[in-house]
Amino acid sequence: MRRFTRGQFFKGMNLTVFTFAMLFLYIPILILVIFSFNDARIVTSWKGFTFKYYLQLLDNVAIRQAFLNTMLIAGLSTFISTLLGLLTALGLENKKLKGRRGFMGLLYAPLVIPDILMGVSLALLFNFLSVNTGMWTVLIAHITFCVSYAVIVIQSRLEGFDYSLIEAAMDLGAKPATTFFKVKLPLIMPGVIAAALLSFTLSIDDFIITFFTSGRGFDTLPIYVEGTIRRGTITTINALSTLVIGFTLLLVVFTKRVRKSLISTF
Amino acid sequence: MEEIRIVNISKEFDGFMAVDGVDLTIKPGELFSFLGPSGCGKTTLLRMIAGFETPLNGNIYIGDQDIIELPPYKRPVNTIFQNYSLFPHMTVWDNVAFGLKVRKTPLPEIKERVSEMLDLVKMSDQHSKYPDQISGGQKQRVAIARALINKPEVLLLDEPLAALDLKLRQHMLIELMNIHDAVGITFIYVTHDQGEAMSISDRVAVMNRGKIVQEGPPDDIYERPSSIFSAYFIGETNLITGEVIGIEDEYVQLKCPMGDGEFFEIDSTFHFKPEIGSQITVSLRPEKIAISRHKPKVEDDINLVKGVIEDILYLGSHTQYIVTVGNHNIRVFSQHKRVYFDDAALDWEEEVWLFWHDTDSWLINELPDEDRMPAEGKAHFPKFKKHSSVLGDRI
Repeated sequence: MRRFTRGQFFKGMNLTVFTFAMLFLYIPILILVIFSFNDARIVTSWKGFTFKYYLQLLDNVAIRQAFLNTMLIAGLSTFISTLLGLLTALGLENKKLKGRRGFMGLLYAPLVIPDILMGVSLALLFNFLSVNTGMWTVLIAHITFCVSYAVIVIQSRLEGFDYSLIEAAMDLGAKPATTFFKVKLPLIMPGVIAAALLSFTLSIDDFIITFFTSGRGFDTLPIYVEGTIRRGTITTINALSTLVIGFTLLLVVFTKRVRKSLISTF
Repeated sequence: MEEIRIVNISKEFDGFMAVDGVDLTIKPGELFSFLGPSGCGKTTLLRMIAGFETPLNGNIYIGDQDIIELPPYKRPVNTIFQNYSLFPHMTVWDNVAFGLKVRKTPLPEIKERVSEMLDLVKMSDQHSKYPDQISGGQKQRVAIARALINKPEVLLLDEPLAALDLKLRQHMLIELMNIHDAVGITFIYVTHDQGEAMSISDRVAVMNRGKIVQEGPPDDIYERPSSIFSAYFIGETNLITGEVIGIEDEYVQLKCPMGDGEFFEIDSTFHFKPEIGSQITVSLRPEKIAISRHKPKVEDDINLVKGVIEDILYLGSHTQYIVTVGNHNIRVFSQHKRVYFDDAALDWEEEVWLFWHDTDSWLINELPDEDRMPAEGKAHFPKFKKHSSVLGDRI
């Protein structure tokens, strides 16, 4: 009988662990997808195939509104925080900038501060300023935490930037603005896109901070989902989640496409 | 075409004078090199001409125009960067067209000039590739085309061949010379490689510690170094110090101590008049010295000293002998020509005679100072104690 070598043993181990990890990750999602088509009020048994929860979703004005709110907030906060992030990262490029290190520290803080703390503190601030919570407060909150991520992602792209390319462009007669738009921006674009995607995902996904800053009458999807589940109707939520998963998958495929075309056009 | 005048230019980096009061005139159409060890200020000087560094003081003129206040994009110069700095997100064609595009040249003209330029550097068939899809030598060509298409007054080349391997470097060197002949503009070439500078340049400025040590045609610098630094940095040389004991017509007589109380004498032609009794240095190129185990019959104008072979290095085209004369180690290059040396190969620890013509010992009005030696000059040679295994077994 042939004995396993050490390498083969570890290879086998790796594969097993990997398989279990993947199953652990995806089985719950799979169950959710399956039960979104289950013709029963409770998830414990299979009663037959149905589309009715999806139809209910379409009829549900509150869900539609929550979805639109989420998209609006995500779109706006992505745009603004990516732009701010880009400008901040470019500003922090200057290594001789006074207080650069301190500012970087401040940027990293939102990454490590627990969401609940940020949520509560923002709520306190809005309360203190007697601002009515609603769309604008949620937007401000989302920009607040997205911008840190955006800066860090764009900064990492700038880290390895070859500044002799800037000199080359200037040497060839390009003015500073032309140099920026023709050489620098295209080269850091992958970083900018990554920052935008990350901001978008973070914004769509956020529950805790939104919960503290939205107030009544402005629900995003996560807030709506939480409220519904609390009332006990999980079935439409399954359908909604399945749609969200589908949307996310589409987004992933799209990103890959974009990245490919980015590499070839730039 | 215009002359370039660099007037008293200096550059300081955190209290360190990278370039220290350099004055230089570069003739129109010349291929001029800045040569020196790393940190000598040659690249800083080039970058000041390109406009990437602001000098502490001084002026740079191209013709009558002082360009010192102009930003890089308004200067009539273009640069070939050390790592080429091609735009990775553009094709070869777009890279070459960049300069014309940002100047809003009409498209038909861009097309015509780009294809002309790509023909010049033989890259026409690669025009749609990206920089990461072409080889180092090809990148070099694209960089040249991208710079020359702007019809600069001056092309600046910052160690352009440093990233290429030896064979390719030699090939590109010839190609650069051909391109220089074809376009006829002034080239300023920065390198630490004396071989490159010697073979390509019309004139060379040897730089050390932010200053120009010597300036002139390559053969002038090699044959008539004005300082120990340029003698040592360019090519190899033996430095022998001695006391001036006599001056006669165009000859000077030197008494050189051997360390053990003994002396040997060297005659030399001189180009400045040293004082009798003063200490000066003789630079003696290793290839100018003949070596023989038999005492040659020599004329008056030949120097003759006796020594012992300390080391032998077989280097293919020639053999390097290190011969001890008292406390001096004299390096001798001997080419393998059997018509001259019909005797058997010289042996380790053999007594030999060294002889050379008076005019080949070149006087330098300086004394050697270890600190001022370029690092590249202080080569250490591995010792082959059993040289017979290098020579004897094979020959």
